[in-house]
Amino acid sequence: MSVTHDVSVQVHRPASTVERPAARGWPDINNPAAWIVAAILLIMPLIANGFFLIEIFATTLILGTVALSLMFLAGYGGMVSLMQLSIAGFCAYMVAVFGVSGNANISLGWPWWLAVPMALTLAVMFGTLGGALAVRTEGIYTIMITLAIGAAFYYFTNQNWAIFNGHTGINNVSTPRFWGVDWRADIPFYYVVLATAGLCYFAVDYISRAPFGLALQGVRDNPRRMSALGFNVNAHRVAAYAVASFIAGLAGVLQVWNYRQISPGSVSVGACIDILIIAVVGGITRPVGPYIGALVFVLLRTFALDFLVKIGLDGNRFRLLIGLGFLAIVFWSSDGVIGLWQRWRQSQLGEANRQGGGRGHG
Amino acid sequence: MTRFIERHPAWALIVIIAVAVALWLIFAVWPPGLEEAVGRKRVFLNAVFNGITLGGLYFLVASGFTLIFGLMRNVNLAHGSLYLFGGYVGYAISASTGSWVLSFIVAFVLTALVGVLLQVLVFRRMEGQDLRQTMVTIGLSIVFADLMLWACGGDFYQIQTPNWLIGPIELPLLTAVKSSGEPVYLRYPLVRLVIFLASVAIGIAMWLALNRTRIGMIIRAGVDDRDILAATGVRIQVVFVLVFALGAGLAGIAGVVGGTFQSLSPGEDIRFLLASLVVVIVGGMGSIPGAALGALIIGLAEQLGSVYIPTYAIVVTFLIMVLVLALRPQGLLARR
Repeated sequence: MSVTHDVSVQVHRPASTVERPAARGWPDINNPAAWIVAAILLIMPLIANGFFLIEIFATTLILGTVALSLMFLAGYGGMVSLMQLSIAGFCAYMVAVFGVSGNANISLGWPWWLAVPMALTLAVMFGTLGGALAVRTEGIYTIMITLAIGAAFYYFTNQNWAIFNGHTGINNVSTPRFWGVDWRADIPFYYVVLATAGLCYFAVDYISRAPFGLALQGVRDNPRRMSALGFNVNAHRVAAYAVASFIAGLAGVLQVWNYRQISPGSVSVGACIDILIIAVVGGITRPVGPYIGALVFVLLRTFALDFLVKIGLDGNRFRLLIGLGFLAIVFWSSDGVIGLWQRWRQSQLGEANRQGGGRGHG
Repeated sequence: MTRFIERHPAWALIVIIAVAVALWLIFAVWPPGLEEAVGRKRVFLNAVFNGITLGGLYFLVASGFTLIFGLMRNVNLAHGSLYLFGGYVGYAISASTGSWVLSFIVAFVLTALVGVLLQVLVFRRMEGQDLRQTMVTIGLSIVFADLMLWACGGDFYQIQTPNWLIGPIELPLLTAVKSSGEPVYLRYPLVRLVIFLASVAIGIAMWLALNRTRIGMIIRAGVDDRDILAATGVRIQVVFVLVFALGAGLAGIAGVVGGTFQSLSPGEDIRFLLASLVVVIVGGMGSIPGAALGALIIGLAEQLGSVYIPTYAIVVTFLIMVLVLALRPQGLLARR
């Protein structure tokens, strides 16, 4: 128990020292880079064609949102949960089951504005129950138990035909269409995804500075002390799982609308681990990390094949590339791409300060 | 045992009744009413034996996993890859030399070597950072899975059972009595029984080695407090390497076993990783008897489940895990 916590303290210390000055107010509001990124994301449909818009950017935002829920749990709660994709997948399945789809014998045919809240509620319940199980253990045990839950869900969807339609999954899921807009058309869908991802991002950012988020980070750093101070440690952890499940559920809804189908392949164990890779590669200390990780992952997944073939290698080895990249990140930068960038900037700043005779960071 | 009965009389009673019912189900000739309700006794006995032998296989995989975890606090999520690697090595050896026994030896040695390399090159560098180690093992399992897919392709392989083990044998267990009064005995594949007995033998040998030898004493001391053990002058790094080699080697042997009575293909690594996770969660992390009990329970649940409630076999396994977590989060046989 104590060993694990020492580790998480160690991992997160750089982040907390960096973030502390910005702990009040919106940290990104004075950052010109953030404004530029936001502007580019908003005018993306003018720049990118349909393929880039949906296959790259919308997919990145969806995967990033799932990874954001993992980042929320791992970064602020110290709980690495591998079942976030299973929760998203469960929500996606529920949208397909309650809503309208090509499998009329399974789908109940509810309108989307009824099916989506229902699916989200069920997904939050699923995630909270799984979380309630997982918080009975600590640290690395959490990884194992959530991995086991994710795998069990995958095998269950494969075997169950009554609800999940076995390994063929549910196809031709209908997407919302109202106010005269087909919301699954490329540009509207991109904005739906962007709005959802932005909402989740700012929600996580806000929660991390709200009393609940601060208490959660206290629980992460020193659960004994927090419980001595009168905080209910387990309740905070389970609540964190509930919040994360809601975020993952939202991403699941978008995912099923994106592909218009859902099958066990999209909740497989490998896909669950991909989410962890995305979060870790991007960096689990800040909410923006998962989105960076997702962009890297999606770009690799889409273009690695062509790239590998072009330089004369076997194009099927892109998982090897991802695995090696992940290993490199874990080996050299425990807080991902963000950590690398921050360290680079700090060294630049440090040099500038030293030259100007200002306070050096030592 | 007696202390368990004294402390939990109700649970002990339930366990004793369950064992008695199970023994009666296995040894007695079933009355016709029961056969109508549940099905043929032969089916039941086959499921039980399949479950027990599958439990033996799970024990081989999970014991290495739990041993490594117990000593080094390292959740080796690449354990499934070691299993599959051992299986492929065993297949290559048995296909080229035709010797089944030799394939065990080579698979053990090669996977143990991989284990040694992992410990020396990777895990020693990040000792005490268990979260990071776990991440590294995830990365390694991805890399290994892809390398093995590269080398062996996506085909199914099955390791040839040696001639002297092919065919069923008759066990002195009644499955039914014919109308002529002639008893019918259970016939069961010899190779599975031999493999099960071998895994029991390995389990007992491990228990003896851990509890009756000096190196076992060192390992147990390391499980309890490795810092103090290192302070007493034991060269703990050597012990770590040895234990990692043993655990990995056991996974390699399990790969050959699994390749003999099931098959080898990409994806099996994750399946067996999951199985060993569930087994050690149920049995208790770091405990060898716990791994044995967990493997038995999970193997039986999986096989009986797939016979009697085929759609939800995996859910039964999962429910057992949930139940254990809810009632005894540290696992059935773990110390607090």
